[in-house]
Amino acid sequence: MIMNPELQAEQRRVNPLKFMLILLIVSIVMMFAAFTSAYIVRREEGNWLEFDLPAVLIINTVVLILSSIFMQWAYASAKKDNLKNLKIALLLTIVAGTAFLIGQWQGWGELVRNNVYFGGSTSNPSGSFLYVLTGVHAFHLITGLIFLIIVVISALKYKVHSRNLNRIELCTIYWHFLGALWIYLYVFLVLNH
Amino acid sequence: MSSTDISLHKDVHLGHDDHHDDHDHDQSFIEKYIFSQDHKVIAKQFLFAGIFWAVIGGLLSSLFRMQLGFPEATFTFLEPILGKWVDGGKLNPEFYLALVTMHGTIMVFFVLTAGLSGTFSNFLIPLQIGARDMASGFMNMLSFWFFFLASVIMFYSLFLETGPAAGGWTVYPPLSALPQAISGSGAGMTMWLVSMALFIVSQLLGGVNYITTVINMRTRGLSMTKLPLTIWAFFLTAVLGLLAFPVLFSAALLLIFDRSFGTSFFLSDIYVAGEALTHTGGSPVLFQHLFWFLGHPEVYIVILPTFGIVSEIIATNSRKPIFGYRAMIGSMLGIALLSFVVWAHHMFVSGMNPFLGSVFMFLTLIIAVPSAVKVFNWIATLWRGNINFTTAMLFSVAFVSLFISGGVTGIILGNSALDIQLHDTYFVVAHFHLVMGSAAFFGMYAGVYHWFPKMFGRMMEEKLGYLHFWITFACVYLIFMPMHYIGIAGFPRRYYTWTGFETFNKFMDMNTFITIAAIVAFAAQFLFLFNFIYSIFRGRRATENPWKSNTLEWTTPVNPGHGNWPGPLPVVYRWPYDYSKPGAPEDFIPQNVPFSQTQSSNLPHERDTE
Ligand code: HEM
Ligand SMILES: [Cu+2]
Repeated sequence: MIMNPELQAEQRRVNPLKFMLILLIVSIVMMFAAFTSAYIVRREEGNWLEFDLPAVLIINTVVLILSSIFMQWAYASAKKDNLKNLKIALLLTIVAGTAFLIGQWQGWGELVRNNVYFGGSTSNPSGSFLYVLTGVHAFHLITGLIFLIIVVISALKYKVHSRNLNRIELCTIYWHFLGALWIYLYVFLVLNH
Repeated sequence: MSSTDISLHKDVHLGHDDHHDDHDHDQSFIEKYIFSQDHKVIAKQFLFAGIFWAVIGGLLSSLFRMQLGFPEATFTFLEPILGKWVDGGKLNPEFYLALVTMHGTIMVFFVLTAGLSGTFSNFLIPLQIGARDMASGFMNMLSFWFFFLASVIMFYSLFLETGPAAGGWTVYPPLSALPQAISGSGAGMTMWLVSMALFIVSQLLGGVNYITTVINMRTRGLSMTKLPLTIWAFFLTAVLGLLAFPVLFSAALLLIFDRSFGTSFFLSDIYVAGEALTHTGGSPVLFQHLFWFLGHPEVYIVILPTFGIVSEIIATNSRKPIFGYRAMIGSMLGIALLSFVVWAHHMFVSGMNPFLGSVFMFLTLIIAVPSAVKVFNWIATLWRGNINFTTAMLFSVAFVSLFISGGVTGIILGNSALDIQLHDTYFVVAHFHLVMGSAAFFGMYAGVYHWFPKMFGRMMEEKLGYLHFWITFACVYLIFMPMHYIGIAGFPRRYYTWTGFETFNKFMDMNTFITIAAIVAFAAQFLFLFNFIYSIFRGRRATENPWKSNTLEWTTPVNPGHGNWPGPLPVVYRWPYDYSKPGAPEDFIPQNVPFSQTQSSNLPHERDTE
């Protein structure tokens, strides 16, 4: 009996898109590893402005964790073909994600009110770093929101269900990663302040 | 997001897979040659782009070598071409620095990273692992077009009024951050940063694809320990890129903020023309750490692919199995790993803590061990081989020679005490031009000469290839050997002129000599260019497997179409180095020949597993 080698290879492979997503996540991790280690190295050198982290950050953290729970709920609903819950959960994830972004914006406002600036003659790298870490994370969160919207659109077209989990699975992984990344950043900032 | 587009595309693609032959015909010209998703076309696009950049990079170096070799001469003939950069026949000093910077940037990133990996990873990964294409043809295409965009921006910056970036290829701040310091740090530097950001995106898209393809799409029977060394090398190169380039991206981002948004990550307490700048609290050494965390792995991103290429060519043309196959993989793994923990050997004299210096010195010197293993294995493969001196083989053997000569000086530089004298002298320039510049170029040439028949279905002209090889090989040593000598004497790099220093005047003749050799070497590359273009159209027609090689790409038709194999994918039964196997009728057994067909040469443990 001759087996079709192509079919065989097909069965063996991990979903390549999932693999690629994980590699992209690795590269994002390296970016933040660079930022946070630069932060530590620079802090050790002194001339470092100490200031309080914006109080709103802890609320934002909770909101983002909530959004991850919603995301997981959406995934579970898709798996169980509960399309109504799927849509509700996805929308809640988007709402929570957006609320997080607004919260971060408030955090920046609070920093400015406390005279901690991104640039300019009165800025100090300690403040600038905070803006960079939160800003670059927010940028990635926006890409995550775009991904979510794409999933919502395909959910509305009945293309997300138990036999077509690919897209929502990738989205879930990415979203949880963004949440975990933020928790890492938050803990890092609290410990190094 | 793009990943969903890919999944859509993928569905379509898989559907088409079983009748891909007719799929071929209804592609328009643009789909087939410009926005192509076929890995072979993308590889050629990278190759042509790389060659274009190599010519530009070479031209720039010839210009600044003329300044160094003939400091008293006036080059009025350059005025019509270079305009105000040549004043009264004299090269503008800032323009000299811009030339050096752009030469370095172009050669390291655009030629030896994008040109080299882009060409050979794209071309060989699917062909040698028995896949129809890359994991995502769409991302692969994006990778090229991001590179193209980066190229356009970098090229455009050459023609700016204020000149291109001029702070060295390492773009250290504060020089690169302050337009007041040097005019190249104005718009030229901005474009450099934008171009490099796009370049990094291109590298990441490509690298993610290479890794995914190697892990997921190997044909039946092709385990990781049966992979050709080329694939191992491309795979590890992509891993290094994936880990290192994001760090450069971070550094570039912070530099952009310092330049345009008034932050002070890298700037502190600077006086320009007696006036204090407002930046306080930054650390320029921080930039060096971030840069070299990429920068050192980057030099291995350049050299690793050629390790693979050279191993393959040496084994094939010695008609012998590669010596120490597993040791070759192990040493590449070791080098890849170590390359992340030695970056500060570029910073011994940056004011870094000397204790840290000795840690990095120790780690740096360890790299000599896996490097020596590789060299030993190449030589042992050649030893008593039945050698075919094809042009590719000559370049590969010369690669080993250059890698040794350049590596030995690395060990000298790796000693933090010796580096106090040698840092930023021509000794360093000689070191990295031998070990990286020349060796990687030789590896690339070897690859082009060797895989040209599979790329274009024709052979390159061997006689012309020999001529190209011998002139280049001689010139490379004539250029870089004397540089060690003037470097030890303390001759600094990146100086526009040295005639002001009495000590260095006695090197006048030597510098002139180097310049002449450099220009001859540059001119000789046009032999290659002619041979390359001529052979694409007029070369002798190739056969399917002209070098009698074992790897899978040689089992495809002379001009492999879309999907690579017309029939089913080949199945692999053995490693790729069964050359001159005792008892076999031929001196090579391709990887897709089952053991059941080679009873006379099988070793006791070798039989088909199914
Ligand atoms: C035994 C292995 C090697 C050792 C111990 C070594 C050591 C060093 C050291 C200590 C320096 C810094 C010198 C200075 O700036 O004062 C250096 C510079 C350099 N090395 Fe190596 N090296 C080795 C192999 C290589 C290889 C394989 C490559 C590339 C393929 C390479 C590329 C470079 C480059 C590009 C520079 C100069 C960068 C610059 O300042 O512009 N080296 N090497
Ligand atoms: Cu290095």
